[in-house]
Amino acid sequence: MFRFAGKKLVLLVSLLLVLLLSAGCGGGADKSVSQGEQEKEVYKIGAIFDITGPASSLGVPERDSALLLEEQINARGGINGHPVKIVIGDNESNETKAVQVAKKLIEVDKVLAIAGPSTTGTSMAIVDTAQKNQVPLVSAAAGVSIVNPIDQRQWVFKTAQNDSVVVEKIIDYLGTIGAKKVAFLSMNNAYGDSGRKGFAEAAPKAGLEIVAEEKFGATDNDMTAQLTRIKSKQPEVVIVWAIPPSASIVTKNYRQLKIDAPLIHSHGIGNKTFIDLAGDAANDVIFPAGKLLVAENLPDNDPQKEVLVKYAADYEKKYSQPRSTFGGHGWDAVSMIVAALEKAGPDRAKIRDELEKTQNFAGISGVFNMSPQDHSGLTTDALVMLKIVDGKWTLLK
Amino acid sequence: MKQKERAKKNYFKCIAQILFMLMVAVIPLLITNTYYLGNIVLIGIYSIVVIGLCLLMGYAGQVSLGHAAFYGLGAYGSGLLTVNWGWEPLPAMLAAALITALVAYVIGASTLKLREHYLALATLGAGVIVYIFFNEQVNLTGGPSGFSGIPYFTIGGWVFSSEVSYYYLVWFFVFVAVVFARNVVDSRIGRALRALHGSELAAACMGVPAYKYKIQVFVVSAVYGSVAGSLYAHYVTFISPSPFGFQASVEFVLMAAIGGLASIWGPLFGVAAVLMLTELLRAVVPILLPTAGGEFEIIFFGLILVAVMIFMPGGLTGGVKDWWVRRSHAASPGTVTDPDKAPEDILPSAGSGRLSK
Repeated sequence: MFRFAGKKLVLLVSLLLVLLLSAGCGGGADKSVSQGEQEKEVYKIGAIFDITGPASSLGVPERDSALLLEEQINARGGINGHPVKIVIGDNESNETKAVQVAKKLIEVDKVLAIAGPSTTGTSMAIVDTAQKNQVPLVSAAAGVSIVNPIDQRQWVFKTAQNDSVVVEKIIDYLGTIGAKKVAFLSMNNAYGDSGRKGFAEAAPKAGLEIVAEEKFGATDNDMTAQLTRIKSKQPEVVIVWAIPPSASIVTKNYRQLKIDAPLIHSHGIGNKTFIDLAGDAANDVIFPAGKLLVAENLPDNDPQKEVLVKYAADYEKKYSQPRSTFGGHGWDAVSMIVAALEKAGPDRAKIRDELEKTQNFAGISGVFNMSPQDHSGLTTDALVMLKIVDGKWTLLK
Repeated sequence: MKQKERAKKNYFKCIAQILFMLMVAVIPLLITNTYYLGNIVLIGIYSIVVIGLCLLMGYAGQVSLGHAAFYGLGAYGSGLLTVNWGWEPLPAMLAAALITALVAYVIGASTLKLREHYLALATLGAGVIVYIFFNEQVNLTGGPSGFSGIPYFTIGGWVFSSEVSYYYLVWFFVFVAVVFARNVVDSRIGRALRALHGSELAAACMGVPAYKYKIQVFVVSAVYGSVAGSLYAHYVTFISPSPFGFQASVEFVLMAAIGGLASIWGPLFGVAAVLMLTELLRAVVPILLPTAGGEFEIIFFGLILVAVMIFMPGGLTGGVKDWWVRRSHAASPGTVTDPDKAPEDILPSAGSGRLSK
């Protein structure tokens, strides 16, 4: 093994040379940074969504909404005369990829801010990258952990309703129907985990009893086992925290087992995909969602109505696809950045400050009021309870 | 004659290593796009896992479908030690490797008595157990939400925060991994391992302590995975269980098989080929099949794996080598295969790359 000690020495020396070279290269990379900043005409905003992979039902409408917004802004003359370019990145529903794409947007495209990603997992993956590089990030995902603890998340905001807000809304609803014994079923990923934690924390305070708590894998094809265990505990109501396709599979299994208790879903099913995949089983599902799905039926004095109806009409006209609340989260993320950019100019730190000052911003997901203590900015007012009747969303109450 | 051949071979190996280093040194000068450089960093990280896997599969002939577990243990070990206990990244990496080695020893001691498919299934099971552990130990690992805030890699005062510096760090480890693997393969143990691969019974009859060597190479291969995991954790600075699941284990095996199991340089080609193919498929398939979902690449990888196993059992490196040998024989029909070349040169390329053995 020690036969080529001499040659190894040579190798070691050349290795040191390599390391020395690396020091030299660091300087070289900096030069290209200053060269890239000559194009100051176009304002670049990055957008990372889960366009392919398991979360594509979220990412695709988000991307489409972002592009729709880009088109509309440029049609009316851009931001203060500067055209806007939205640089889209696909993280393939994969956390490693999300970090790579974020680094690319920051270092190669030199975007002013980043909108997205679509899910809590992929958002969590790039929170650090945004913090370390001091780039404003407006996630389109729901998990509270994306913006908490706030002192480690100065650069991070989000547009989807907090899980805690959704939990509150559901608990309010349970109060109105007088249910006390609850079963909780969640998908075993960052989204389901966040909902489970939020609910387990809030339920005892509201006098609710969690009689069963079950999980299933994000790619499972059958949840009959978990539902059977839940059925044996005879809950008065069952809450499911998942996104399609697994949310649809649970719903089908639920109907097959003929469980009588009302089925309540989270806001994770706010797209047509859920109904398409679940079919008739989706009927009678109750869930909290942003107002987008029932925009036309809102009272005229609702501050969001105008924005919602216009977005829904534009989106459905351009893409011939039904609206989805996820597209709304993406729209909000980009339009909030645009609003901040309009006031702050092309400066990442100033954009961050402006994002934090956002007040009474009527978006698709709700009316946002950001503050240094709250980077998600929504309350239960942003949500309505919906019921699926004959494959359509209807406003409950 | 034999000695001369050997000296010549060593000389070539040395040249190859120097060429490799030069190439590694030059790449960041040519590729300034940090996204591509980031991809090459990932190629380096995966290569370390796959080199370890090749030692196990290609030389010792033991299949592991649970290597993502060791990769994950390294990542979580490094992440937890640096974040929760404030360790420096380098000692954390070593400690994580040590823990992984222990886990691998326990798994190996109980499963390496099994053979072939049974062993593959046992390692698969071990991988799934570790994956579930990451998911369910919410208080320790953060559960499916993962945990963030892992510091950048530091050695002394050096902080590897830029893509270029991390590139050199990772490829330094790849180089060490290659040299170490090379030495293992060329040593007495390496020959014993290949004998094991040929026939465990025959090797045991010739006095090779089969069981002991199998466990040793299993542990070494797990440590390779652990080191790569540590590098991954400090690169991405956030970890959750999802990159360490069953699919990752399968991808490692795929990379190893495509690159060539019984080869030291093969993993680099295998990893690069698989990653580039993924990028290509992502770009091309949506154009051809606009309605295709996200999982279509699994179909392509399946097809490619089958094709490689049938037409190039030695993987890319083995295939090219065979082609080169055949071509040079065709050019000079007078030459006869040098009997001195056996067994060291013929053994690895002649079927030792097959998965089933």
